[in-house]
Amino acid sequence: MMAAPAKAPERSATTAAPQLTIGKALNHALRAAMEADPKVLIMGEDVGKLGGVFRITDGLQKDFGEHRVLDTPLAESGIIGTAIGLAVRGFRPVCEIQFDGFVFPGFDQIVSQLAKLHFRSQGKVKVPIVVRIPFGGGIGAVEHHSESPESLFSHTAGLRLVSCSNPVDAYWMLQQAIRCDDPVLFFEPKKLYHTGSLKETVDPTASPDPLFASRVLRSGTAATLVTYGPSVRVCLDAAIAAAEEGTSLEVIDLRTLSPLDLEPVFESVRKTGRLIAVSEAPSESSLTSEIAARVQQECFYSLEAPVLRVTGFDTPYPPTKLEEYYLPDLDRVLHTVDRALTW
Amino acid sequence: MTETLSTPAAGELNAEGLLDAYRTMRTIRVFEERVHDEFATGEIPGFVHLYAGEEASATGVCSHLDARDSIASTHRGHGHCIAKGVDPVEMMAEIYGKRTGSCHGKGGSMHIADLSKGMLGANGIVGGGPPLICGTALAAKQQNNGGVGVAFFGDGASNQGTTLESLNLASVWNLPAIFVAENNGYAEATASTWSVAADNIADRAAGFGMPGVIVDGFDFFAVHEAAGEAISRAREGGGPTLIEVKFTRYFGHFEGDQQAYRADEVANARDKLDCLKRFRARVTESGQLESSALDTVDSEVAALIESAVTEAKAAPKPTGVDLETDVYVSY
Ligand SMILES: Cc1ncc(C[n+]2csc(CCOP(=O)(O)OP(=O)(O)O)c2C)c(N)n1
Ligand SMILES: [Mg+2]
Repeated sequence: MMAAPAKAPERSATTAAPQLTIGKALNHALRAAMEADPKVLIMGEDVGKLGGVFRITDGLQKDFGEHRVLDTPLAESGIIGTAIGLAVRGFRPVCEIQFDGFVFPGFDQIVSQLAKLHFRSQGKVKVPIVVRIPFGGGIGAVEHHSESPESLFSHTAGLRLVSCSNPVDAYWMLQQAIRCDDPVLFFEPKKLYHTGSLKETVDPTASPDPLFASRVLRSGTAATLVTYGPSVRVCLDAAIAAAEEGTSLEVIDLRTLSPLDLEPVFESVRKTGRLIAVSEAPSESSLTSEIAARVQQECFYSLEAPVLRVTGFDTPYPPTKLEEYYLPDLDRVLHTVDRALTW
Repeated sequence: MTETLSTPAAGELNAEGLLDAYRTMRTIRVFEERVHDEFATGEIPGFVHLYAGEEASATGVCSHLDARDSIASTHRGHGHCIAKGVDPVEMMAEIYGKRTGSCHGKGGSMHIADLSKGMLGANGIVGGGPPLICGTALAAKQQNNGGVGVAFFGDGASNQGTTLESLNLASVWNLPAIFVAENNGYAEATASTWSVAADNIADRAAGFGMPGVIVDGFDFFAVHEAAGEAISRAREGGGPTLIEVKFTRYFGHFEGDQQAYRADEVANARDKLDCLKRFRARVTESGQLESSALDTVDSEVAALIESAVTEAKAAPKPTGVDLETDVYVSY
């Protein structure tokens, strides 16, 4: 299950497990979820005939019909609100938001209604909705098309947030999110959707790890990198580069962003004594700040250096020509590792 | 309350006004076709949505506007910018993401703005513009300067809550606001015949207590007349109007769009309906303008766009320092 450096495709003679990109794995996951449960519906702008702007819902309307894969008018607030109504009547809607920044017209329905119905009904009402949000930068687009808005939602109790970073997780985590009785915001690293070099064998007969759990992807001793979504690749690459220089880095993929599963991070920090949190989101009041706060509370006597962060900037997401400055990359991560090691 | 206008007279435009209108439409067309070509070379970053085919709308409306007036645009905003007087050379640099651009390369195609020209900006958020126009229209009303605000938005945007809230607000406050629904038949791949529940977007005007008008968006004169009526009414305190402009976009939703969702309606539109061709035929047949005068505009526009591209390519990129400026007024 490790999103490890590309290994040779494993093909056994008996199973025909396919080699999938993250995008295709999500598509297969939606198909499997719809086959398993007739209450699962997909809705969003251009998800039907077009198969979604990123083609994640490709072919599903053709195979499951217009009553299960619903094209909607352009109206995010209406999409989320409708999904809530469907959910309280027993359906399991999966809403697609085309790009991160377009979730905001639906923000009110998510934060004011979706997050609170279970609490407000003293636990009587369940709202098992998944909102799929392609997020993050690196595709040469501008604000609204490259943002990492996760901490705007993690600040809201009642929502679960998860993010996948590899095809195997994409396949299982999306199905688990759809089966979950709580609302789940599912953050997809859009720049990796169709990256052929990340293809993995996805075995639908395997048994997946639990959804709401972080995972150590690579073990190391000198420092810990904790990250999620698109930055996982950057951190793994940094760990490989550091290993060549003789520095052993541990890499943890958070997978669940809210509530956070930090026990594996605490354990790691007790071993390495150093933590670098990496995310594309702006740093102020973000997931990385939350991690830093909790790690210093839990691991104070183990820390050899302050918790450091490599993040986006506290600015609007910049256009293409400034992206290279904005996004955490190998150099910034390695530089920060050096700072932690020489503190 | 919705009425369809029959082909109107050329209105009050004299030869100079006609030539200006032609120049604006021609500039938009050549600008967009050039961006289309340059995008294909891979030098232009990001997403680009082209306005070619729709020139008569921005031009017909903005030819009535002056410095008091503001417009809000969409992700398909180049045409609105040019029609409201934003410098095409700075715009091209902006689209190339360069430091000399209208927004110092920080906006790109989808967020070009020039507040000094009353152009509040293209907008990456569909439905983002109409509420802003309620604000500038209310300001004009309170300042009593006769100014108006114009919100351009697409058929897709006409279904967004923000747009519908704005129509109501504008009517409740009797604002000098004009809502120009540019119905090009699609929101990405979604047909407006399906997504707009009424037969026409303009039919919704009745529900908001304002006049609704449908115009042929390929006909500059039809747009010009409808906009002229709406804008003078607004300037005189008569409140908002919803104008639905119907046409076809010539390129895909964005550069790179496969367009599998539409049959080839473009060839026919380019051939038979095109706003520039119709304009030229009409003004030369009526004797209002000489063909040679229009040809001169064509070559001037060609030279302008050529130099815009040359300058844009040569201009410097923003640097890391630019990333952190202008987030706040003071630090
Ligand atoms: C709030 C929001 N949702 C979705 C999008 C993605 N998107 C960009 S343009 C577009 C279609 C807009 O259609 P329309 O309003 O008809 O304008 P047109 O592109 O036809 O000019 C969509 C869905 C967006 N930019 N903003
Ligand atoms: Mg449209």
